Formats: sequence, C-alpha cells, structure tokens
Amino acid sequence: MSIIFLLLSVLSFAAAIVIKILFVPASEGIDITGAHVFFTVKLPIQDLPITESQVNSWCVMLGILFLCLFLTSGLKTRNVSVRQLLAEWIVEKTTNLVKTNMGEFFEGFAPFVAAVLGLSAFSSLSSLIGLFPPTSDINITAGWAILVFFLITYYKMKAGPWIYLKSFGQPVPLLAPLNIISEFATPVSMAFRHYGNVLSGSIISLLVAVGLSGLSKTIFSFLPGALADFPYLRIGIPAVLSLYFDLFSGGLQAFIFAMLTMLYISGGFPAEEYAARKKKREERKAARAAVMNANKRESA
Amino acid sequence: MLELAIGIILGGCALGAGCAMIAGIGPGIGEGHAVAKACEAIGRQPECKGDVTTTMLMGCAVAETTGLYALVIAILLIFVAPGRFVDILMQAVGN
Repeated sequence: MSIIFLLLSVLSFAAAIVIKILFVPASEGIDITGAHVFFTVKLPIQDLPITESQVNSWCVMLGILFLCLFLTSGLKTRNVSVRQLLAEWIVEKTTNLVKTNMGEFFEGFAPFVAAVLGLSAFSSLSSLIGLFPPTSDINITAGWAILVFFLITYYKMKAGPWIYLKSFGQPVPLLAPLNIISEFATPVSMAFRHYGNVLSGSIISLLVAVGLSGLSKTIFSFLPGALADFPYLRIGIPAVLSLYFDLFSGGLQAFIFAMLTMLYISGGFPAEEYAARKKKREERKAARAAVMNANKRESA
Repeated sequence: MLELAIGIILGGCALGAGCAMIAGIGPGIGEGHAVAKACEAIGRQPECKGDVTTTMLMGCAVAETTGLYALVIAILLIFVAPGRFVDILMQAVGN
C-alpha cells in the first residue's frame, strides 16, 4: 500500500517532465525567457495564462502530498520502521524549531512552517531533474510572501485594531509614512530574496554552460569532423556550480524563508497587549456572571 | 539613424545593468564582516557553533537583500527593458 504512494509521488514529478517535453518546443542554444505559457484560459476580465511554473508547483505539491502519505502510512507503536522514524524525526524537528523561535503561543504553526519549508525546498530542488524551478518565478514567491503578510497583519491585529494602528506612530507620529512603507517592504523583500537567489543561480549556470561549450569548440577545433563539435568541457564542470546553486542555495533559501516567516509573525505579535486584553475580557465576563448569579438568586 | 537609436538603447541598458551591480559591493563587505565576527565567536566559544552558524546565515541572507534588488534591476535591464524600449521607439517612429 505504501509503495503505491511512493510511486505516485515519483509519478507526479515525472508528469511534470512529460508535460514539459510535450509542450515546450525544443530549442538550440541559450534562451532565458522565463516560464513558458502552456495555454491560456479565457476569462471575462483578463485571460489566465497557465504557465510552466504553476504546473510545476502543482506537481511538486502533489509529490509532497504523496510523500507525506507514504511516510505516515501504517504507523505502529512497536517495531517501528525506518520510514516512521523519519516521519517522527521531521515532525519533532519542526515542532522544536517553531517552539524555540516563536514561543509556546504559536506552537500550532509547526505544520504551516513545515509546509512552507518543504514546498520551497522541493520547488528549488526540482531544477535538479531538469524542471523549471517554480521559485525562479516572481509570481510564485510573491504569492507565498503575500500569504505571510496577511498572517503577520492578522496577528498584529489580534490585540485590537486600535493598537495595530497606534503601532504605526511609534516612536514618533512623524515617522508614520516610513512605518507604512516598511510594512509593505516586508513581503516585497521576502519575495525578491527567494526569487533573486534561485533565478541568479539558474542564469549563472546557464551562462557558464554556454560559455564552456563555446570554449571547448575553440580548444578542440583540431579534432576531425563531428568530434570537434562535441562540448567536452560541459561534462562535469557545470555540476559543481549546480551543487552550490541548486542544493546549497535552494535549501538555504527555503530555510531562510521559513525562518523569516516565523520571526515576522511572532515578532509583530503584541504579546503584552494581547495578554492584558484577554485578562480584561475574562474579568468582565466574570463580573457579568457574578451579576447574573446575583439576579437569579434575587428572583428565586 | 534608427540603427544608432537602437544601439544607444542597448548600450544604455547594458551600462545601466553594470552600474546597478555596483550595489554588490555593500552586501559583500557586510557579509564578510558578519562571517568574520561569527568566526571570532566560534573561536571564543566553540560549543555554540551551531547557533552562531544559523544566526550568521540568517543575517547574511537578510544583508544580501539590497544586492538582490540590484540584481533584479540588472536582470530586468538586460532581458526585459531593451525589447520594451525598442518597441516604444518603433511606435514613435511609426507615428
């Protein structure tokens, strides 16, 4: 049963490759065009283009879903398998990370943070199997950053909208415009950071690969016939760059995106005001209950 | 005349991209400082190597942001802007 989930997980990545082979026309040499548009859905206000990055990110999501089902299927309390240990390790690590960085109040954020981390890491790593990494499209990372921005604002408003509005006037009311700008700079910088890192990595890798093929053509031009056209220098050398840009940078950016999500959400939350408000509300509730009890006793 | 105008556009875009990447100096110096201080801290207290490394990577990533803004501008200037500007020029010439 669990093998089926693993197969489905691999299949969803394979499906992305098949879609790419079917839809994207083969091209010679270098083209930095961004995501290809597969087809366009006609809508009344504006047409909705279905791009490579959208399809790939859905495939990555499906892959992660089936991977999670594979890891968590057939849980036991005794004689646990390696698979279950791995799943438990992931859950434990993310829970600990969230607890140490966000505090007890935000403990329920562990699944969300793990989802952001996994989605971002798998999206960046999908360039290893030749897919267009969805994170090198500004729309994808901007979508995540906007989601995080809404969460931040929601938790800032948790202690009442008046306290949220008053926080813009800190430390002097004169600085309110700057505070508003910095509020909007948060999602923009998060989106640009992730997108810029992944995109710059793929562009540099592509330029190096193209440059190496040109170099090998000039160096090995003395060889006869088709042997001279073969790009010898492209064997292995771009892989070293890929090791840094895809594996290290992709994983690090995923970690940083999740880390900043946690820090911004827990950092903007006015804990003291929230506690005071909660206490006040409970006191009012208790007072009202006391009055009701007294009324009841009188009427009885 | 049109060739000259397109040449000026392409050259201006390339120059602008190059100038934008001067911003790469700042994050480079900043990250270098951060890593140097992290090395000092690890040398002083080797037992908290993990924490120091994590914090340093976070700080480096945040310090990198200004450089990445410049990078995005440079990428736009090289891959997107010339086509747009030439289109605008062609429209102006057509009218």
